[in-house]
Amino acid sequence: MGKVLMKGNEAIAEAAVRAGCLNYFAYPITPQSEIAEYLSRRLPEVGGVFLQGESEVAVGYMIFGASGCGQRVFTSTSSPGFSLMSEAVSYITGAECPAVFVNIVRGGPGLGGILPSQADYFQAVKGGGHGDYHLLVMAPDGVQEAVEMMMMAFPLAEKYRNPVLILGDGLIGQMMEPVEFPENLRSEPTNKDDWASNGMATRNSDTPNLVKSLFLDPRALNDHNLKLKAKYERMMREDLRYEAYNADTDYQALIVSFGTMSRVCRTAIDALKRQGIEVGMIRPQTLFPFPEKAIHEAAIRPSCKVVLSIELNMGQMLEDVQRAVLGERPVHWHGNAGGDIPSPEDIMDLVKSFL
Amino acid sequence: MAKTFQKPESLTDRYMHYCPGCTHGVIHRLVAEAIDELGIRKRTVGIAPVGCAVMVYDYIACDFQEAAHGRAPAMATGIKRVRPDLIVFTYQGDGDLASIGMGEIVHAANRGEKFTTIFVNNAIYGMTGGQMAPTTMPGQKTTTSPMGRNVDEVGMPIRIAELLSSLVTPGYITRQTVIRPKYILKAKEAIKRAFAYQVEGKCFSLVEVVSTCPTNWGMTPVEAVDWAEKTMLPYYRLGDFKTPE
Ligand SMILES: Cc1ncc(C[n+]2csc(CCOP(=O)(O)OP(=O)(O)O)c2C)c(N)n1
Ligand code: SF4
Repeated sequence: MGKVLMKGNEAIAEAAVRAGCLNYFAYPITPQSEIAEYLSRRLPEVGGVFLQGESEVAVGYMIFGASGCGQRVFTSTSSPGFSLMSEAVSYITGAECPAVFVNIVRGGPGLGGILPSQADYFQAVKGGGHGDYHLLVMAPDGVQEAVEMMMMAFPLAEKYRNPVLILGDGLIGQMMEPVEFPENLRSEPTNKDDWASNGMATRNSDTPNLVKSLFLDPRALNDHNLKLKAKYERMMREDLRYEAYNADTDYQALIVSFGTMSRVCRTAIDALKRQGIEVGMIRPQTLFPFPEKAIHEAAIRPSCKVVLSIELNMGQMLEDVQRAVLGERPVHWHGNAGGDIPSPEDIMDLVKSFL
Repeated sequence: MAKTFQKPESLTDRYMHYCPGCTHGVIHRLVAEAIDELGIRKRTVGIAPVGCAVMVYDYIACDFQEAAHGRAPAMATGIKRVRPDLIVFTYQGDGDLASIGMGEIVHAANRGEKFTTIFVNNAIYGMTGGQMAPTTMPGQKTTTSPMGRNVDEVGMPIRIAELLSSLVTPGYITRQTVIRPKYILKAKEAIKRAFAYQVEGKCFSLVEVVSTCPTNWGMTPVEAVDWAEKTMLPYYRLGDFKTPE
Protein backbone atom coordinates (compact mmCIF):
# COMPACT_ATOMS: atom_id res chain seq x y z
CA MET A 1 0.00 0.00 0.00
CA GLY A 2 1.22 3.52 -0.83
CA LYS A 3 1.38 6.56 1.41
CA VAL A 4 -1.72 8.46 2.46
CA LEU A 5 -1.88 11.93 3.99
CA MET A 6 -3.41 11.66 7.47
CA LYS A 7 -3.77 13.61 10.67
CA GLY A 8 -1.78 12.03 13.53
CA ASN A 9 -4.79 11.18 15.66
CA GLU A 10 -6.63 9.51 12.79
CA ALA A 11 -3.50 7.64 11.74
CA ILE A 12 -3.14 6.28 15.30
CA ALA A 13 -6.75 5.12 15.21
CA GLU A 14 -6.37 3.46 11.82
CA ALA A 15 -3.10 1.84 12.89
CA ALA A 16 -4.89 0.10 15.76
CA VAL A 17 -7.50 -1.30 13.40
CA ARG A 18 -4.78 -2.49 10.98
CA ALA A 19 -2.96 -4.05 13.92
CA GLY A 20 -6.02 -6.20 14.57
CA CYS A 21 -7.46 -4.34 17.55
CA LEU A 22 -11.20 -3.97 17.06
CA ASN A 23 -12.21 -2.88 20.56
CA TYR A 24 -12.01 0.72 21.78
CA PHE A 25 -13.43 2.50 24.81
CA ALA A 26 -12.81 6.19 25.52
CA TYR A 27 -13.94 9.49 26.94
CA PRO A 28 -13.49 12.70 24.89
CA ILE A 29 -10.65 15.11 25.69
CA THR A 30 -8.64 17.63 23.62
CA PRO A 31 -6.23 17.24 21.83
CA GLN A 32 -7.02 13.67 20.84
CA SER A 33 -10.83 13.42 20.48
CA GLU A 34 -10.39 12.74 16.74
CA ILE A 35 -9.28 9.21 17.67
CA ALA A 36 -12.69 8.50 19.19
CA GLU A 37 -14.54 10.31 16.42
CA TYR A 38 -12.69 8.36 13.75
CA LEU A 39 -13.24 5.01 15.45
CA SER A 40 -16.94 5.67 16.08
CA ARG A 41 -17.27 5.51 12.28
CA ARG A 42 -14.54 3.01 11.49
CA LEU A 43 -15.07 0.23 14.01
CA PRO A 44 -18.70 -0.54 13.07
CA GLU A 45 -17.47 -1.04 9.47
CA VAL A 46 -15.22 -3.88 10.57
CA GLY A 47 -17.55 -5.41 13.17
CA GLY A 48 -15.62 -3.89 16.07
CA VAL A 49 -16.73 -2.40 19.38
CA PHE A 50 -16.80 1.33 20.03
CA LEU A 51 -18.11 2.68 23.32
CA GLN A 52 -17.92 6.14 24.86
CA GLY A 53 -17.69 5.55 28.61
CA GLU A 54 -18.99 7.88 31.32
CA SER A 55 -15.50 8.84 32.58
CA GLU A 56 -11.87 7.88 32.20
CA VAL A 57 -12.19 6.01 35.51
CA ALA A 58 -14.85 3.76 34.00
CA VAL A 59 -13.01 3.50 30.67
CA GLY A 60 -9.91 2.20 32.48
CA TYR A 61 -11.99 -0.67 33.85
CA MET A 62 -13.75 -1.34 30.57
CA ILE A 63 -10.25 -1.86 29.19
CA PHE A 64 -9.42 -4.13 32.15
CA GLY A 65 -12.58 -6.21 31.66
CA ALA A 66 -12.16 -6.57 27.91
CA SER A 67 -8.48 -7.40 28.23
CA GLY A 68 -9.05 -9.78 31.13
CA CYS A 69 -11.45 -11.84 29.02
CA GLY A 70 -8.79 -12.15 26.34
CA GLN A 71 -9.60 -9.54 23.70
CA ARG A 72 -7.32 -6.96 22.13
CA VAL A 73 -8.39 -3.54 23.34
CA PHE A 74 -7.14 0.04 23.53
CA THR A 75 -8.03 3.52 24.65
CA SER A 76 -6.73 7.02 24.09
CA THR A 77 -6.83 10.08 26.25
CA SER A 78 -4.90 13.17 27.26
CA SER A 79 -3.19 14.02 30.54
CA PRO A 80 -6.11 14.67 32.98
CA GLY A 81 -7.80 11.59 31.58
CA PHE A 82 -4.73 9.43 32.03
CA SER A 83 -4.57 10.51 35.67
CA LEU A 84 -8.07 9.08 36.11
CA MET A 85 -7.13 5.89 34.28
CA SER A 86 -4.09 5.38 36.46
CA GLU A 87 -6.05 3.48 39.10
CA ALA A 88 -7.08 0.90 36.51
CA VAL A 89 -3.58 0.85 35.00
CA SER A 90 -2.20 -0.24 38.37
CA TYR A 91 -4.78 -3.06 38.64
CA ILE A 92 -4.18 -4.13 35.03
CA THR A 93 -0.42 -4.44 35.58
CA GLY A 94 -1.08 -6.25 38.87
CA ALA A 95 -3.41 -8.70 37.15
CA GLU A 96 -0.97 -9.01 34.22
CA CYS A 97 -3.31 -8.12 31.39
CA PRO A 98 -2.19 -6.79 28.01
CA ALA A 99 -3.72 -3.48 26.89
CA VAL A 100 -2.69 -0.41 24.93
CA PHE A 101 -3.06 3.15 26.19
CA VAL A 102 -2.40 6.31 24.19
CA ASN A 103 -1.71 9.57 26.04
CA ILE A 104 -1.56 12.61 23.76
CA VAL A 105 -0.03 14.77 26.45
CA ARG A 106 -1.11 18.35 27.12
CA GLY A 107 0.33 20.90 29.53
CA GLY A 108 -0.29 20.65 33.25
CA PRO A 109 -0.63 20.49 36.20
CA GLY A 110 -4.41 20.54 36.60
CA LEU A 111 -6.25 21.62 33.49
CA GLY A 112 -2.99 23.18 32.31
CA GLY A 113 -3.39 23.89 28.62
CA ILE A 114 -4.10 22.04 25.40
CA LEU A 115 -0.81 22.69 23.60
CA PRO A 116 1.99 20.12 23.08
CA SER A 117 3.75 19.00 26.23
CA GLN A 118 5.89 16.22 27.68
CA ALA A 119 4.90 17.00 31.25
CA ASP A 120 3.59 13.47 31.86
CA TYR A 121 7.04 11.88 31.55
CA PHE A 122 7.24 11.00 35.25
CA GLN A 123 3.68 9.70 35.28
CA ALA A 124 4.41 7.54 32.23
CA VAL A 125 7.70 6.01 33.30
CA LYS A 126 7.63 6.08 37.09
CA GLY A 127 4.15 4.79 37.74
CA GLY A 128 1.25 7.20 37.98
CA GLY A 129 -0.88 4.70 39.84
CA HIS A 130 0.07 2.94 43.07
CA GLY A 131 2.40 0.00 43.49
CA ASP A 132 5.60 -1.30 41.95
CA TYR A 133 4.89 -1.38 38.25
CA HIS A 134 6.05 -0.11 34.91
CA LEU A 135 4.49 0.29 31.52
CA LEU A 136 6.37 -0.28 28.32
CA VAL A 137 6.38 3.35 27.10
CA MET A 138 7.02 4.32 23.48
CA ALA A 139 7.36 7.92 22.31
CA PRO A 140 7.00 8.57 18.56
CA ASP A 141 8.57 11.63 16.93
CA GLY A 142 6.03 11.90 14.12
CA VAL A 143 2.95 10.43 12.53
CA GLN A 144 4.72 7.58 10.71
CA GLU A 145 6.47 6.41 13.84
CA ALA A 146 3.23 6.76 15.82
CA VAL A 147 1.61 4.37 13.34
CA GLU A 148 4.44 1.86 13.62
CA MET A 149 4.58 2.01 17.41
CA MET A 150 0.81 1.62 17.59
CA MET A 151 0.99 -1.51 15.45
CA MET A 152 3.88 -2.90 17.50
CA ALA A 153 2.15 -2.11 20.78
CA PHE A 154 -0.42 -4.94 20.69
CA PRO A 155 1.95 -7.89 20.25
CA LEU A 156 4.31 -6.30 22.80
CA ALA A 157 1.51 -5.94 25.35
CA GLU A 158 0.67 -9.61 24.79
CA LYS A 159 4.31 -10.72 24.94
CA TYR A 160 4.67 -9.19 28.41
CA ARG A 161 1.06 -9.39 29.57
CA ASN A 162 1.55 -5.77 30.56
CA PRO A 163 0.08 -2.51 29.29
CA VAL A 164 1.96 -0.54 26.63
CA LEU A 165 1.68 3.25 26.64
CA ILE A 166 2.17 5.41 23.57
CA LEU A 167 3.21 8.86 24.77
CA GLY A 168 2.58 11.51 22.15
CA ASP A 169 1.80 15.18 22.26
CA GLY A 170 -0.70 17.53 20.66
CA LEU A 171 1.55 18.28 17.72
CA ILE A 172 1.84 14.64 16.73
CA GLY A 173 -1.92 14.24 17.19
CA GLN A 174 -2.84 17.27 15.13
CA MET A 175 -0.28 17.40 12.31
CA MET A 176 -0.83 15.92 8.85
CA GLU A 177 1.92 13.75 7.39
CA PRO A 178 2.09 11.13 4.67
CA VAL A 179 1.93 7.70 6.29
CA GLU A 180 2.13 4.07 5.35
CA PHE A 181 0.72 1.16 7.36
CA PRO A 182 3.43 -1.53 7.13
CA GLU A 183 1.99 -4.90 6.22
CA ASN A 184 4.67 -6.68 8.23
CA LEU A 185 3.44 -5.06 11.44
CA ARG A 186 0.01 -6.69 11.23
CA SER A 187 -0.35 -9.37 13.86
CA GLU A 188 -2.79 -11.96 15.15
CA PRO A 189 -3.87 -11.86 18.81
CA THR A 190 -2.10 -14.56 20.82
CA ASN A 191 -3.98 -17.42 22.45
CA LYS A 192 -4.85 -16.46 26.01
CA ASP A 193 -6.60 -19.62 27.15
CA ASP A 194 -4.05 -20.31 29.88
CA TRP A 195 -5.01 -17.25 31.92
CA ALA A 196 -7.90 -15.17 30.54
CA SER A 197 -11.37 -15.37 32.04
CA ASN A 198 -12.87 -16.01 28.64
CA GLY A 199 -15.38 -18.61 29.83
CA MET A 200 -14.50 -22.25 30.49
CA ALA A 201 -16.48 -23.38 27.43
CA THR A 202 -14.43 -21.09 25.16
CA ARG A 203 -11.25 -22.96 26.03
CA ASN A 204 -12.90 -26.33 26.59
CA SER A 205 -11.72 -26.52 30.19
CA ASP A 206 -13.11 -27.59 33.54
CA THR A 207 -10.93 -25.24 35.56
CA PRO A 208 -11.92 -21.62 36.10
CA ASN A 209 -9.44 -18.85 35.25
CA LEU A 210 -9.05 -16.00 37.68
CA VAL A 211 -7.79 -12.53 36.77
CA LYS A 212 -6.78 -10.76 39.97
CA SER A 213 -4.23 -8.55 41.68
CA LEU A 214 -4.88 -9.48 45.35
CA PHE A 215 -2.17 -11.51 47.10
CA LEU A 216 -2.80 -11.46 50.85
CA ASP A 217 0.07 -13.82 51.63
CA PRO A 218 3.25 -11.71 51.96
CA ARG A 219 5.44 -14.36 50.31
CA ALA A 220 3.05 -14.70 47.40
CA LEU A 221 2.90 -10.93 46.92
CA ASN A 222 6.68 -10.62 47.00
CA ASP A 223 7.00 -13.48 44.50
CA HIS A 224 4.44 -11.78 42.30
CA ASN A 225 6.43 -8.54 42.39
CA LEU A 226 9.65 -10.40 41.60
CA LYS A 227 7.91 -11.89 38.60
CA LEU A 228 6.85 -8.43 37.44
CA LYS A 229 10.39 -7.13 38.02
CA ALA A 230 11.79 -9.89 35.84
CA LYS A 231 9.40 -8.78 33.11
CA TYR A 232 10.66 -5.20 33.26
CA GLU A 233 14.25 -6.44 33.09
CA ARG A 234 13.35 -8.51 30.05
CA MET A 235 11.91 -5.40 28.39
CA MET A 236 15.31 -3.76 28.86
CA ARG A 237 17.08 -6.71 27.21
CA GLU A 238 14.68 -7.34 24.35
CA ASP A 239 12.63 -4.27 23.56
CA LEU A 240 14.75 -1.22 24.25
CA ARG A 241 14.61 1.20 21.32
CA TYR A 242 16.49 4.42 20.64
CA GLU A 243 18.00 6.32 17.76
CA ALA A 244 21.55 7.65 17.78
CA TYR A 245 21.81 10.73 15.53
CA ASN A 246 25.09 12.23 14.31
CA ALA A 247 26.63 10.11 17.03
CA ASP A 248 29.62 8.78 15.05
CA THR A 249 31.19 12.25 14.91
CA ASP A 250 33.51 13.91 17.41
CA TYR A 251 30.64 15.92 18.85
CA GLN A 252 31.24 18.43 21.60
CA ALA A 253 27.73 18.26 23.03
CA LEU A 254 25.26 15.41 23.38
CA ILE A 255 21.51 16.08 23.30
CA VAL A 256 18.98 13.66 24.77
CA SER A 257 15.50 14.44 23.52
CA PHE A 258 12.38 12.53 22.47
CA GLY A 259 9.14 13.01 20.53
CA THR A 260 8.30 16.33 18.93
CA MET A 261 11.13 18.09 20.78
CA SER A 262 13.70 15.76 19.21
CA ARG A 263 12.62 16.83 15.71
CA VAL A 264 13.52 20.42 16.51
CA CYS A 265 16.84 19.25 17.95
CA ARG A 266 17.55 17.31 14.77
CA THR A 267 17.04 20.45 12.66
CA ALA A 268 19.36 22.37 15.00
CA ILE A 269 22.01 19.63 14.82
CA ASP A 270 21.94 19.73 11.00
CA ALA A 271 22.26 23.54 10.97
CA LEU A 272 25.11 23.49 13.51
CA LYS A 273 26.90 20.92 11.39
CA ARG A 274 26.83 23.36 8.47
CA GLN A 275 28.53 25.87 10.78
CA GLY A 276 31.18 23.32 11.67
CA ILE A 277 29.84 22.40 15.11
CA GLU A 278 29.14 18.72 15.74
CA VAL A 279 26.38 17.74 18.18
CA GLY A 280 25.22 14.18 18.79
CA MET A 281 21.79 13.05 19.91
CA ILE A 282 20.34 10.00 21.60
CA ARG A 283 16.59 9.90 21.01
CA PRO A 284 14.87 7.41 23.31
CA GLN A 285 12.05 5.71 21.40
CA THR A 286 11.19 3.69 24.47
CA LEU A 287 11.09 5.86 27.59
CA PHE A 288 10.71 2.71 29.64
CA PRO A 289 12.92 0.78 29.22
CA PHE A 290 15.26 3.80 29.08
CA PRO A 291 18.47 3.70 26.95
CA GLU A 292 20.72 4.49 29.90
CA LYS A 293 23.68 2.49 28.68
CA ALA A 294 23.62 4.13 25.25
CA ILE A 295 23.42 7.57 26.85
CA HIS A 296 26.28 6.77 29.21
CA GLU A 297 28.52 5.55 26.41
CA ALA A 298 27.66 8.52 24.20
CA ALA A 299 28.30 10.98 27.06
CA ILE A 300 31.77 9.68 27.87
CA ARG A 301 33.04 10.02 24.33
CA PRO A 302 36.27 12.02 24.79
CA SER A 303 35.14 14.90 22.55
CA CYS A 304 31.88 15.37 24.47
CA LYS A 305 31.94 18.19 27.02
CA VAL A 306 28.31 18.54 28.02
CA VAL A 307 25.00 16.65 27.97
CA LEU A 308 21.70 18.49 27.39
CA SER A 309 18.31 17.02 28.29
CA ILE A 310 15.87 18.97 26.14
CA GLU A 311 12.21 18.33 26.89
CA LEU A 312 8.79 19.99 26.92
CA ASN A 313 8.55 20.11 30.70
CA MET A 314 10.52 21.46 33.64
CA GLY A 315 13.20 18.76 33.64
CA GLN A 316 11.79 15.30 34.21
CA MET A 317 13.75 13.06 31.86
CA LEU A 318 16.72 15.08 33.15
CA GLU A 319 16.77 12.85 36.25
CA ASP A 320 17.08 9.70 34.15
CA VAL A 321 19.75 11.29 31.96
CA GLN A 322 21.73 12.28 35.07
CA ARG A 323 21.35 8.72 36.35
CA ALA A 324 22.69 7.43 33.02
CA VAL A 325 25.64 9.84 32.85
CA LEU A 326 26.62 9.03 36.43
CA GLY A 327 28.41 12.36 36.97
CA GLU A 328 30.90 11.76 34.13
CA ARG A 329 29.81 15.01 32.37
CA PRO A 330 27.78 18.05 33.37
CA VAL A 331 24.09 17.54 32.51
CA HIS A 332 21.79 20.53 31.88
CA TRP A 333 18.10 20.84 31.25
CA HIS A 334 16.46 23.04 28.67
CA GLY A 335 12.77 23.18 27.94
CA ASN A 336 9.39 24.85 28.00
CA ALA A 337 6.26 23.68 29.77
CA GLY A 338 3.73 26.19 28.48
CA GLY A 339 3.08 24.76 25.04
CA ASP A 340 5.56 26.85 23.03
CA ILE A 341 8.12 24.60 21.42
CA PRO A 342 11.71 25.93 21.47
CA SER A 343 12.89 26.78 17.94
CA PRO A 344 15.96 25.32 16.20
CA GLU A 345 17.63 28.73 16.71
CA ASP A 346 16.96 28.49 20.48
CA ILE A 347 18.63 25.09 20.54
CA MET A 348 21.56 26.32 18.46
CA ASP A 349 22.11 29.27 20.81
CA LEU A 350 21.82 26.96 23.81
CA VAL A 351 24.47 24.58 22.46
CA LYS A 352 26.82 27.44 21.61
CA SER A 353 26.45 28.89 25.12
CA PHE A 354 28.05 25.72 26.49
CA LEU A 355 30.96 25.47 24.05
CA MET B 1 -32.16 -43.57 46.51
CA ALA B 2 -32.40 -40.29 44.59
CA LYS B 3 -30.82 -37.26 46.17
CA THR B 4 -33.32 -34.50 46.85
CA PHE B 5 -30.90 -31.84 48.02
CA GLN B 6 -27.27 -31.36 47.20
CA LYS B 7 -24.56 -28.79 46.85
CA PRO B 8 -24.83 -26.91 43.55
CA GLU B 9 -22.12 -27.82 41.04
CA SER B 10 -21.27 -24.13 40.82
CA LEU B 11 -20.33 -23.98 44.50
CA THR B 12 -16.81 -25.10 45.43
CA ASP B 13 -15.93 -27.23 48.47
CA ARG B 14 -13.99 -24.43 50.17
CA TYR B 15 -14.94 -23.38 53.69
CA MET B 16 -16.35 -19.88 53.53
CA HIS B 17 -14.56 -17.26 55.59
CA TYR B 18 -17.73 -15.33 56.44
CA CYS B 19 -18.74 -14.64 60.07
CA PRO B 20 -21.49 -16.72 61.72
CA GLY B 21 -24.89 -15.32 60.75
CA CYS B 22 -23.55 -13.46 57.70
CA THR B 23 -25.83 -13.67 54.68
CA HIS B 24 -23.07 -13.55 52.02
CA GLY B 25 -22.89 -17.37 52.08
CA VAL B 26 -26.62 -17.80 51.51
CA ILE B 27 -26.52 -15.39 48.59
CA HIS B 28 -23.52 -17.20 47.06
CA ARG B 29 -25.50 -20.41 47.18
CA LEU B 30 -28.51 -18.86 45.46
CA VAL B 31 -26.30 -17.48 42.69
CA ALA B 32 -24.69 -20.91 42.28
CA GLU B 33 -28.10 -22.62 42.09
CA ALA B 34 -29.32 -20.14 39.47
CA ILE B 35 -26.18 -20.71 37.38
CA ASP B 36 -26.62 -24.49 37.65
CA GLU B 37 -30.29 -24.44 36.75
CA LEU B 38 -29.70 -22.26 33.69
CA GLY B 39 -26.73 -24.43 32.67
CA ILE B 40 -24.48 -21.42 32.09
CA ARG B 41 -21.52 -22.10 34.39
CA LYS B 42 -19.01 -22.69 31.62
CA ARG B 43 -19.75 -19.44 29.89
CA THR B 44 -20.11 -17.31 32.99
CA VAL B 45 -17.63 -14.69 34.20
CA GLY B 46 -18.14 -13.18 37.65
CA ILE B 47 -16.68 -9.88 38.83
CA ALA B 48 -15.60 -9.89 42.48
CA PRO B 49 -15.98 -6.69 44.50
CA VAL B 50 -13.75 -5.08 47.08
CA GLY B 51 -15.49 -5.88 50.33
CA CYS B 52 -16.04 -8.99 52.44
CA ALA B 53 -16.94 -10.92 49.27
CA VAL B 54 -13.64 -10.15 47.53
CA MET B 55 -12.85 -13.86 47.52
CA VAL B 56 -16.20 -14.94 46.10
CA TYR B 57 -14.08 -16.57 43.36
CA ASP B 58 -12.99 -19.15 45.92
CA TYR B 59 -16.61 -20.21 46.38
CA ILE B 60 -18.37 -19.93 43.03
CA ALA B 61 -16.82 -22.21 40.43
CA CYS B 62 -16.70 -20.14 37.26
CA ASP B 63 -14.25 -17.73 35.65
CA PHE B 64 -13.73 -14.53 37.63
CA GLN B 65 -12.11 -11.14 37.43
CA GLU B 66 -11.38 -9.08 40.50
CA ALA B 67 -12.37 -5.42 40.29
CA ALA B 68 -11.14 -2.33 42.09
CA HIS B 69 -13.51 -0.92 44.70
CA GLY B 70 -16.75 0.04 42.96
CA ARG B 71 -15.59 -0.51 39.39
CA ALA B 72 -17.17 -3.90 38.72
CA PRO B 73 -19.94 -2.53 36.45
CA ALA B 74 -17.35 -0.90 34.16
CA MET B 75 -15.41 -4.18 33.98
CA ALA B 76 -18.60 -6.11 33.27
CA THR B 77 -19.35 -3.60 30.51
CA GLY B 78 -15.92 -4.19 28.99
CA ILE B 79 -16.40 -7.96 28.98
CA LYS B 80 -19.98 -7.98 27.81
CA ARG B 81 -19.30 -5.57 24.94
CA VAL B 82 -16.43 -7.58 23.50
CA ARG B 83 -17.87 -11.03 24.34
CA PRO B 84 -21.68 -10.68 24.31
CA ASP B 85 -21.98 -14.48 24.35
CA LEU B 86 -20.54 -14.68 27.88
CA ILE B 87 -22.81 -14.42 30.92
CA VAL B 88 -21.41 -11.75 33.21
CA PHE B 89 -22.37 -10.85 36.75
CA THR B 90 -21.06 -8.45 39.38
CA TYR B 91 -21.39 -9.17 43.09
CA GLN B 92 -21.13 -5.94 45.09
CA GLY B 93 -21.60 -4.59 48.60
CA ASP B 94 -23.22 -1.27 49.50
CA GLY B 95 -19.96 0.61 50.01
CA ASP B 96 -18.74 -0.77 46.70
CA LEU B 97 -21.86 -0.09 44.65
CA ALA B 98 -23.74 2.72 46.41
CA SER B 99 -20.78 4.88 47.43
CA ILE B 100 -17.51 4.72 45.50
CA GLY B 101 -19.04 2.92 42.52
CA MET B 102 -22.28 4.88 42.18
CA GLY B 103 -21.23 6.43 38.87
CA GLU B 104 -20.34 3.11 37.29
CA ILE B 105 -23.57 1.31 38.26
CA VAL B 106 -25.87 4.17 37.21
CA HIS B 107 -24.27 4.49 33.77
CA ALA B 108 -24.09 0.76 33.17
CA ALA B 109 -27.78 0.43 34.08
CA ASN B 110 -28.66 3.43 31.95
CA ARG B 111 -26.83 2.05 28.92
CA GLY B 112 -28.80 -1.13 29.45
CA GLU B 113 -25.65 -3.25 29.67
CA LYS B 114 -26.77 -6.85 29.49
CA PHE B 115 -25.18 -8.16 32.67
CA THR B 116 -26.51 -9.01 36.12
CA THR B 117 -25.67 -7.34 39.42
CA ILE B 118 -26.14 -8.93 42.83
CA PHE B 119 -26.16 -6.02 45.26
CA VAL B 120 -25.68 -6.94 48.93
CA ASN B 121 -27.10 -4.22 51.18
CA ASN B 122 -26.00 -4.80 54.77
CA ALA B 123 -26.18 -1.13 55.80
CA ILE B 124 -22.48 -0.99 56.69
CA TYR B 125 -18.90 -1.39 55.47
CA GLY B 126 -18.14 -4.93 56.57
CA MET B 127 -14.59 -5.58 55.44
CA THR B 128 -13.01 -2.40 56.77
CA GLY B 129 -14.52 -2.82 60.21
CA GLY B 130 -17.99 -1.33 60.36
CA GLN B 131 -17.87 2.23 59.03
CA MET B 132 -20.95 4.10 57.86
CA ALA B 133 -22.28 3.28 54.39
CA PRO B 134 -24.64 5.34 52.22
CA THR B 135 -27.23 2.70 53.18
CA THR B 136 -26.69 2.92 56.97
CA MET B 137 -30.04 3.48 58.73
CA PRO B 138 -30.89 6.78 60.48
CA GLY B 139 -29.53 6.64 64.03
CA GLN B 140 -27.54 3.45 63.33
CA LYS B 141 -24.24 3.45 65.20
CA THR B 142 -21.12 2.63 63.21
CA THR B 143 -17.42 3.21 63.85
CA THR B 144 -17.60 6.50 61.88
CA SER B 145 -21.03 7.51 63.20
CA PRO B 146 -20.55 6.67 66.88
CA MET B 147 -23.59 8.76 67.89
CA GLY B 148 -25.72 7.18 65.18
CA ARG B 149 -26.25 8.30 61.57
CA ASN B 150 -27.25 11.94 61.70
CA VAL B 151 -29.43 12.51 58.65
CA ASP B 152 -29.15 16.28 58.98
CA GLU B 153 -25.44 15.96 58.29
CA VAL B 154 -25.22 13.04 55.89
CA GLY B 155 -28.70 12.67 54.45
CA MET B 156 -31.01 9.68 54.35
CA PRO B 157 -29.92 6.19 53.28
CA ILE B 158 -29.82 5.68 49.52
CA ARG B 159 -32.41 3.32 48.10
CA ILE B 160 -30.62 1.85 45.11
CA ALA B 161 -33.52 -0.19 43.71
CA GLU B 162 -35.78 2.89 43.65
CA LEU B 163 -33.04 5.11 42.27
CA LEU B 164 -32.11 2.78 39.41
CA SER B 165 -35.72 2.03 38.56
CA SER B 166 -36.19 5.74 37.80
CA LEU B 167 -33.98 5.31 34.72
CA VAL B 168 -35.98 5.19 31.50
CA THR B 169 -33.91 2.41 29.90
CA PRO B 170 -35.64 -0.96 30.37
CA GLY B 171 -34.25 -3.25 33.04
CA TYR B 172 -35.11 -5.71 35.78
CA ILE B 173 -34.68 -4.13 39.21
CA THR B 174 -35.84 -5.95 42.31
CA ARG B 175 -35.21 -5.95 46.06
CA GLN B 176 -35.23 -9.20 48.05
CA THR B 177 -33.86 -10.48 51.32
CA VAL B 178 -32.49 -13.75 52.69
CA ILE B 179 -32.72 -13.01 56.42
CA ARG B 180 -35.37 -15.72 57.03
CA PRO B 181 -36.14 -18.93 55.16
CA LYS B 182 -39.52 -17.57 54.11
CA TYR B 183 -37.83 -14.91 51.99
CA ILE B 184 -35.17 -17.12 50.49
CA LEU B 185 -37.27 -18.88 47.86
CA LYS B 186 -38.43 -15.55 46.44
CA ALA B 187 -34.88 -14.22 46.44
CA LYS B 188 -33.79 -17.33 44.56
CA GLU B 189 -36.52 -16.86 41.96
CA ALA B 190 -35.46 -13.22 41.49
CA ILE B 191 -31.79 -14.08 41.06
CA LYS B 192 -32.62 -16.78 38.55
CA ARG B 193 -34.91 -14.42 36.68
CA ALA B 194 -32.19 -11.76 36.60
CA PHE B 195 -29.76 -14.22 34.97
CA ALA B 196 -32.50 -15.50 32.65
CA TYR B 197 -33.08 -12.01 31.27
CA GLN B 198 -29.39 -11.85 30.49
CA VAL B 199 -29.43 -15.26 28.82
CA GLU B 200 -32.27 -13.98 26.62
CA GLY B 201 -30.16 -10.90 25.84
CA LYS B 202 -32.97 -8.76 27.17
CA CYS B 203 -31.73 -6.16 29.64
CA PHE B 204 -29.64 -5.05 32.58
CA SER B 205 -30.74 -6.80 35.78
CA LEU B 206 -30.05 -6.02 39.43
CA VAL B 207 -31.11 -7.87 42.56
CA GLU B 208 -30.66 -5.89 45.76
CA VAL B 209 -30.49 -8.25 48.72
CA VAL B 210 -31.16 -6.86 52.21
CA SER B 211 -28.54 -8.59 54.34
CA THR B 212 -27.03 -8.78 57.79
CA CYS B 213 -23.61 -8.02 59.24
CA PRO B 214 -23.92 -9.24 62.85
CA THR B 215 -20.22 -8.68 63.49
CA ASN B 216 -20.18 -4.98 62.71
CA TRP B 217 -23.72 -4.35 63.88
CA GLY B 218 -22.57 -5.65 67.27
CA MET B 219 -25.37 -8.21 67.47
CA THR B 220 -25.88 -11.94 67.66
CA PRO B 221 -27.06 -13.50 64.40
CA VAL B 222 -30.60 -13.79 65.83
CA GLU B 223 -30.67 -10.16 66.96
CA ALA B 224 -29.34 -9.13 63.57
CA VAL B 225 -32.19 -10.84 61.75
CA ASP B 226 -34.75 -9.19 64.05
CA TRP B 227 -33.12 -5.79 63.63
CA ALA B 228 -32.98 -6.09 59.83
CA GLU B 229 -36.62 -7.11 59.71
CA LYS B 230 -37.81 -4.35 62.05
CA THR B 231 -35.55 -1.51 60.92
CA MET B 232 -34.44 -2.15 57.34
CA LEU B 233 -37.42 -3.83 55.69
CA PRO B 234 -39.91 -0.98 56.30
CA TYR B 235 -37.46 1.41 54.61
CA TYR B 236 -36.06 -0.99 52.02
CA ARG B 237 -39.38 -2.28 50.64
CA LEU B 238 -39.19 -5.73 49.03
CA GLY B 239 -40.46 -6.49 45.54
CA ASP B 240 -39.94 -5.77 41.86
CA PHE B 241 -39.36 -2.11 41.05
CA LYS B 242 -39.00 -2.53 37.34
CA THR B 243 -39.47 -5.32 34.82
CA PRO B 244 -38.60 -5.23 31.13
CA GLU B 245 -42.06 -6.39 30.02
C1 LIG C 1 -10.11 2.86 46.43
C2 LIG C 1 -10.36 2.15 47.70
N1 LIG C 1 -10.85 2.83 48.77
C3 LIG C 1 -11.09 2.19 49.93
C4 LIG C 1 -10.86 0.85 50.07
C5 LIG C 1 -11.08 0.18 51.41
N2 LIG C 1 -12.30 -0.66 51.45
C6 LIG C 1 -12.22 -1.98 51.28
S1 LIG C 1 -13.70 -2.75 51.41
C7 LIG C 1 -14.47 -1.30 51.75
C8 LIG C 1 -15.94 -1.25 52.06
C9 LIG C 1 -16.65 -2.51 51.83
O1 LIG C 1 -17.97 -2.40 52.21
P1 LIG C 1 -19.14 -3.00 51.35
O2 LIG C 1 -18.99 -2.66 49.94
O3 LIG C 1 -20.41 -2.54 51.98
O4 LIG C 1 -18.97 -4.58 51.45
P2 LIG C 1 -19.04 -5.56 52.70
O5 LIG C 1 -17.64 -5.68 53.19
O6 LIG C 1 -19.96 -4.93 53.72
O7 LIG C 1 -19.55 -6.83 52.15
C10 LIG C 1 -13.57 -0.24 51.75
C11 LIG C 1 -13.93 1.16 52.03
C12 LIG C 1 -10.33 0.16 48.93
N3 LIG C 1 -10.04 -1.14 48.97
N4 LIG C 1 -10.11 0.84 47.79
S1 SF4 D 1 -17.91 -8.52 58.61
FE1 SF4 D 1 -20.11 -8.53 58.22
S2 SF4 D 1 -20.33 -8.70 55.98
FE2 SF4 D 1 -18.24 -9.27 56.53
S3 SF4 D 1 -18.28 -11.49 56.73
FE3 SF4 D 1 -18.59 -10.64 58.77
S4 SF4 D 1 -20.77 -10.49 59.00
FE4 SF4 D 1 -20.38 -10.77 56.83
